Amino acid sequence: MEDLTYLRPISLAEAVTLLSKDGSRPIAGGSDLIPQMREGRKRVSTVVDLKHVAALTSIEAKPDGGWRIGAAATIGAMRKHAAFAAAHGALLDSAGLIGSLQVQNRASLGGNLCNAAPSADGVPLLIALDAVAEIHGPNGERRVPAAAIPIGPGRTSLGTGEVLAALHLPPLAARSADRYLRFTPRREMDIAIAGSGVRIDLAADGRIAAAAIVLASVGPTPVRAEKAAKSLVGATPSADAFAEAGAMAAGEAQPISDTRGSADYRRDLVAVLTRRALADCAARLGVQIS
Amino acid sequence: MKSIVQAEINGEPREALVDTRDTLLVMLRDRLGLTGTKEGCGNGNCGTCTALVDGDPVCSCLMLAAEADGSRITTIEGVASGNELHPVQAALVTHGGTQCGYCTPGIVLSAVALLKRNPKPSEHEIRHAIAGNLCRCTGYDKIVTAIAAVAADTSGGVR
Repeated sequence: MEDLTYLRPISLAEAVTLLSKDGSRPIAGGSDLIPQMREGRKRVSTVVDLKHVAALTSIEAKPDGGWRIGAAATIGAMRKHAAFAAAHGALLDSAGLIGSLQVQNRASLGGNLCNAAPSADGVPLLIALDAVAEIHGPNGERRVPAAAIPIGPGRTSLGTGEVLAALHLPPLAARSADRYLRFTPRREMDIAIAGSGVRIDLAADGRIAAAAIVLASVGPTPVRAEKAAKSLVGATPSADAFAEAGAMAAGEAQPISDTRGSADYRRDLVAVLTRRALADCAARLGVQIS
Repeated sequence: MKSIVQAEINGEPREALVDTRDTLLVMLRDRLGLTGTKEGCGNGNCGTCTALVDGDPVCSCLMLAAEADGSRITTIEGVASGNELHPVQAALVTHGGTQCGYCTPGIVLSAVALLKRNPKPSEHEIRHAIAGNLCRCTGYDKIVTAIAAVAADTSGGVR
């Protein structure tokens, strides 16, 4: 690791100013950044610690029923926030797959998104829930869908000096459920060979009013299975509809073959995980499927 | 670059001159001589370097020493009361929950943190709480038995 300057801003404006300098990088939990620096995979001359800026660590319920999660709020803090945990249990479950409890006491969902690993377990449901990224930079504030942040393995759309400040979760529909499932060779502390995060909203007549399916580890970024999700809209939840959506999602995946699994294997996993995640959503909504 | 880190370590105010690149693990072991905290993998997989920061278990290898400035840290050296072992330590001895011993400091701290937030954990909760602590001797059953024994004790093992 090269010589390093450590800075601890206490306001967002100060953080943005410090981050505009060459070689500066934000540090939230550091669970990805510190090994990357140590192994020489990232050259950093200054780390700007985001954890002492209240706007970057707070977890707030919004008046419209949505949530604002500071980008550096730890997964441990999300778990301790009873109202948030009650509202977004499935998202918290997906974040709970990231590393160990020790890692989750440092790591944040914002960091999981900005590390831009295709296998990021916390990201598919963020995208399926239509999370919006609040970005601050030298030119002020802008907002984009969270899905627009990762653009390739380890690469984001954030510009020089820009920092992800928060993730905004819109309010949930009256009857909505979401679920992320992944497959790993080991039960804990492993990287997904494939994952699927799904959300379904039910209309008053019991049909599916809206659906989202977002896949992990089967493309250079999280992959939205648009056709599969669209096939569910207007359908009554059923085993056949869910199996069909799973098969379509497998077709929309763009997996590679590597040491952890072949492309064919990953497609098969996507079909199964998507079907099961959808069935879990139906069960959570109290819908019997045949 | 050098910087001075001030933190409450095992109940006492401490100060350390660190290199900004030092991890908390390096600060504890090499700057403060608290060598009970061990390094295993150095990248957050094994949990051997677990310390409690503001009460929560973290991997001290995944944290810069500078980030710890102003925090409250508990290492394995701060768990016992003088010569009296913490109930988790005593139970690990009684139940043989330690083989080579290298993972033991981290296991103890994860178990202490678990019992503090959940004095009556299920076996599943115990296994989940120590999932981030690898034991290469694979003596997990006796470790789980020991933690469960502390939880079953009416004192709960919490001080």
